[in-house]
Amino acid sequence: MHSVKLAVVTAGLSQPSSTRLLADRLAEAVRVRLTEAGDTTVDVRVIELRGLAVDIANNLVTGFPAPTLAEAIETVTEADGLIAVSPIFTASYSGLFKSFFDVIDNTALAGKPVLIGATGGTARHSLALEHALRPLFVYLRAIVAPTAVYASAEDWGSGTENSLAGRITRAAGELAALIRHRPPAAAPEVKGVVPFAEQLAALRPA
Amino acid sequence: MDQMQFGVFTVGDVTPDPTTGRTPSERERIKAMVTIALKAEEIGLDVFATGEHHNPPFVPSSPTTMLGYIAARTERLILSTATTLITTNDPVKIAEDFAMLQHLADGRVDLMLGRGNTGPVYPWFGQDIRMGIPLAIENYALLHQLWREDVVDWEGRFRTPLQGFTSTPRPLDGVPPFVWHGSIRSPEIAEQAAYYGDGFFANNIFWPKEHFQRLISLYRERYAHYGHGTPEQAYVGLGGQVFMRKNSQDAVREFRPYFDKAPVYGGGPSLEEFTEQTPLTVGSPQEVIDKTLTFREHFGDYQRQLFLMDHAGLPLKTVLEQLDLLGEEVLPVLRREFAVNRPAEVPAGPTHEFLRSRAAAAVTV
Repeated sequence: MHSVKLAVVTAGLSQPSSTRLLADRLAEAVRVRLTEAGDTTVDVRVIELRGLAVDIANNLVTGFPAPTLAEAIETVTEADGLIAVSPIFTASYSGLFKSFFDVIDNTALAGKPVLIGATGGTARHSLALEHALRPLFVYLRAIVAPTAVYASAEDWGSGTENSLAGRITRAAGELAALIRHRPPAAAPEVKGVVPFAEQLAALRPA
Repeated sequence: MDQMQFGVFTVGDVTPDPTTGRTPSERERIKAMVTIALKAEEIGLDVFATGEHHNPPFVPSSPTTMLGYIAARTERLILSTATTLITTNDPVKIAEDFAMLQHLADGRVDLMLGRGNTGPVYPWFGQDIRMGIPLAIENYALLHQLWREDVVDWEGRFRTPLQGFTSTPRPLDGVPPFVWHGSIRSPEIAEQAAYYGDGFFANNIFWPKEHFQRLISLYRERYAHYGHGTPEQAYVGLGGQVFMRKNSQDAVREFRPYFDKAPVYGGGPSLEEFTEQTPLTVGSPQEVIDKTLTFREHFGDYQRQLFLMDHAGLPLKTVLEQLDLLGEEVLPVLRREFAVNRPAEVPAGPTHEFLRSRAAAAVTV
């Protein structure tokens, strides 16, 4: 039996939150796709950034994470795949969502399969996924699934073709495939020591 | 001198006292730093170290000037830095300044090299911050050579070449000052310290201990790799920050406004969270003793412990009271406890006399 760790980061603020709702729908769809062959178990860990807001702000100020935040960061960096969902605020991801990824080492998500999602009041904000969330994860050298899922208020009441449910299924299939075809996770990259003689030699004038 | 050296280090910040709103003048702050150094000798500390900065609100841009003045007014205190900028100072000038100071102070001099953490200082001194590590490596290689070879021919990437150059005065007794390499995040600097058999200093403030443990264990392991001794024989220095009163609650009450407003702390975690997560201690002398003794468990037996006592706008009077408590209640216990079960092969904190006898022994062999 193969075991997959799936981390879910949600930056929704209200309780209950439609951002969390979308995150849960995406996580469940990915879990279903990964387990349908019967050879895989999925361990889903949900991280609600609201509960970490003060720790995240403190980390920005001090440069190090408090223990609870350190645990959340480890959950994300050690996962085989990541679902990241933000509400769209002022034409982009929320500040809390961005700040969480700001305090993670900028090489820690390299090569990680990521599914991005966002929520908002109207569909007019949906391209924020493409002009804000996707470049953020591309910068971090994550592998972002082609389908990004946006849910506006009206989506929760629609049942037609090309519906929210359809987009969730398609995106989940893409993330599941990326996770399944990902090479086995390498041991975390330890910054190797360059022997001092080499460091000196590199500086010698030609 | 005992096995371990204890001392104070200062960054030389001019910060308003948050409880009164009063900001000392530069002159007051500079004189206060001198008073703190003299007090350090009076209470039996071994080391005084000053920072080097080239921007407000800091005053110590010229460390050897200050240390030379302190040298004339002290007898035993080792004068050091925390840190001397190896990236933006000309290594030739470092070689000259510190050799000069060594003669004036009869050998009571060492120095800690660092890269500096203020971006604009690099361009102000004609350098590029992206070359920070290469500058530290090349400049120190030259400094090391200038102190060990009477006539130097040299060519590098960052400074004009030297032909037939002799750095004067030559180091006292032919023995260069001991060098500590300070770093808060770069394994390259731990590697550099290990390669030369120099000391490695972790400032051990503001961040959790685990962060510094990684660098120090790398340094110890590489020190042995380069054949200078066992990992336990490597020269480790640590910082620390304390505020104490006889009564723990009084210390917390008095220090809180300084913590809350301090440029490095303010606006972040609470004083309680910070003391729990980092080496900062605010409490009774016994709590300071207990916390400091844990450093040995975390980092191994080490050679030098420096405390930051005078930042965040604390008035001089308070700092001097802190030093009295340190000298009377903390220092004797730390000296005694750190000596217990300290393996014989672990070296003492480095002094000029030790370096001179080590050099003589090397020549005899």
